[in-house]
Amino acid sequence: MLKTRVIPVLLMKNRGLYKGVKFKNHKYVGDPINTVKIFNDKEVDELVLLDIEASKYNKVIDFEFIEEIATEAFMPLAYGGGIRSLEDARRLFGIGIEKIILNTSAIENMDLLEVLIRNFGSQSIVVSLDIKKSIFKKYRVYAKSASLKTRYNPIEFAQKMQDIGVGEIIINSINNDGMMNGYDLKIIKEISDTLDIPVIACGGAGKLEHFVDAIKNGVHACAAGSMFVYNGVHKAVLISYPKYERLCQLFKEK
Amino acid sequence: MITIIDYGMGNLGSIANMVKKVGGQSFITSDLNEIKKATKLILPGVGSFDNGMSKLRELDLIDILNKKVLEDKVPIMGICLGMQLMTNFSEEGKLVGLGWIDAQSKKFVSDKLKIPHMGWNIIYQKKVSKLFDELTSEKRFYFVHSYCVSCNKEEDILTKTSYVHDFVSSFERENIIGVQFHPEKSHKFGMALFKNFVEKY
Repeated sequence: MLKTRVIPVLLMKNRGLYKGVKFKNHKYVGDPINTVKIFNDKEVDELVLLDIEASKYNKVIDFEFIEEIATEAFMPLAYGGGIRSLEDARRLFGIGIEKIILNTSAIENMDLLEVLIRNFGSQSIVVSLDIKKSIFKKYRVYAKSASLKTRYNPIEFAQKMQDIGVGEIIINSINNDGMMNGYDLKIIKEISDTLDIPVIACGGAGKLEHFVDAIKNGVHACAAGSMFVYNGVHKAVLISYPKYERLCQLFKEK
Repeated sequence: MITIIDYGMGNLGSIANMVKKVGGQSFITSDLNEIKKATKLILPGVGSFDNGMSKLRELDLIDILNKKVLEDKVPIMGICLGMQLMTNFSEEGKLVGLGWIDAQSKKFVSDKLKIPHMGWNIIYQKKVSKLFDELTSEKRFYFVHSYCVSCNKEEDILTKTSYVHDFVSSFERENIIGVQFHPEKSHKFGMALFKNFVEKY
């Protein structure tokens, strides 16, 4: 069985799926339910769904629609976006979400994080670190869909998340998002070397070899958006996912 | 028609959808009279053992389920907690289980591996079953559980899976099937399993 997970990340706003570049200029790529149905047929082992406006514009979580999506998903589904309370988390697990992903709330309310871990266990709680590199090559953690800079250094913050008991960390590079030129391997390596918990690389994957680069730098799983929704240089929308055998061959597993 | 028993333990939508996807029909209900008429049943469930048993009792479903399963021999598949409820008891709770299978549910104990066991894992078949027809190669399924079943009768064991130690990932005895994994979240493997349950049971 393949140990390395490859996870499509779907970005949602107003019940549509979008994909941007560097967390901006989001373009419509399709209907979430339809897309999940396509991923069902492609034997995707895990899917991440993020509402990119819920935190940024203080919107309430669209539970009804998320339930519709979860009902169509024949694979485990993780959701992130606008999770602010124990009650939010409880409702999400109740409608069939397997893992919840926190970003803004993890930064602003670490008490909530502890409560969630105590109630649902580490394995269900994921923190996404949206990281931006400045022109002086200094890394900082961002909140609210990359619109708010925090004072946190990503490595220290990741360590803190592990200490609190978070189950997994997604490293999401704002600079590399949508560029499809590869992950930010430097920060991936630094964080992976620091942590024992699984690290998921996100932001920048454009081809299968980028996954191998990330694995070599210590990640347990690779996530990608553009690569699985676009095709060709003109970025025509086409949902794709590599075959299981191809991934086994790629990671030289089995 | 498959009757999916709704006793308030989790979202059953993906089970119903998968049955539909493989060409079957299903119906989600907690109504005693509907369950009386059932010709094939699914007992799903996510949550704690005592909570599950209490909900079945509150809905007054235990007697009718005993009759359907033990006397009428209606095919039934328990999923995750649903499987564990079919055993005699669980270390998780104080209430007695349905006791249809001579087995019990025990807590995973490990200082090395994370509990719950959460993620994809392989199942190893221990006996022949129609449930796995057309699933000849490596069989991967998605698991989320902190307690696992151990059977007292070797012949009931359908598959085993290795996590911390080997445990019973599914059992089958006459009309009774229990699976620890979530076929409704295990894409093509789950679809093959549901297709067999729809067509061959």
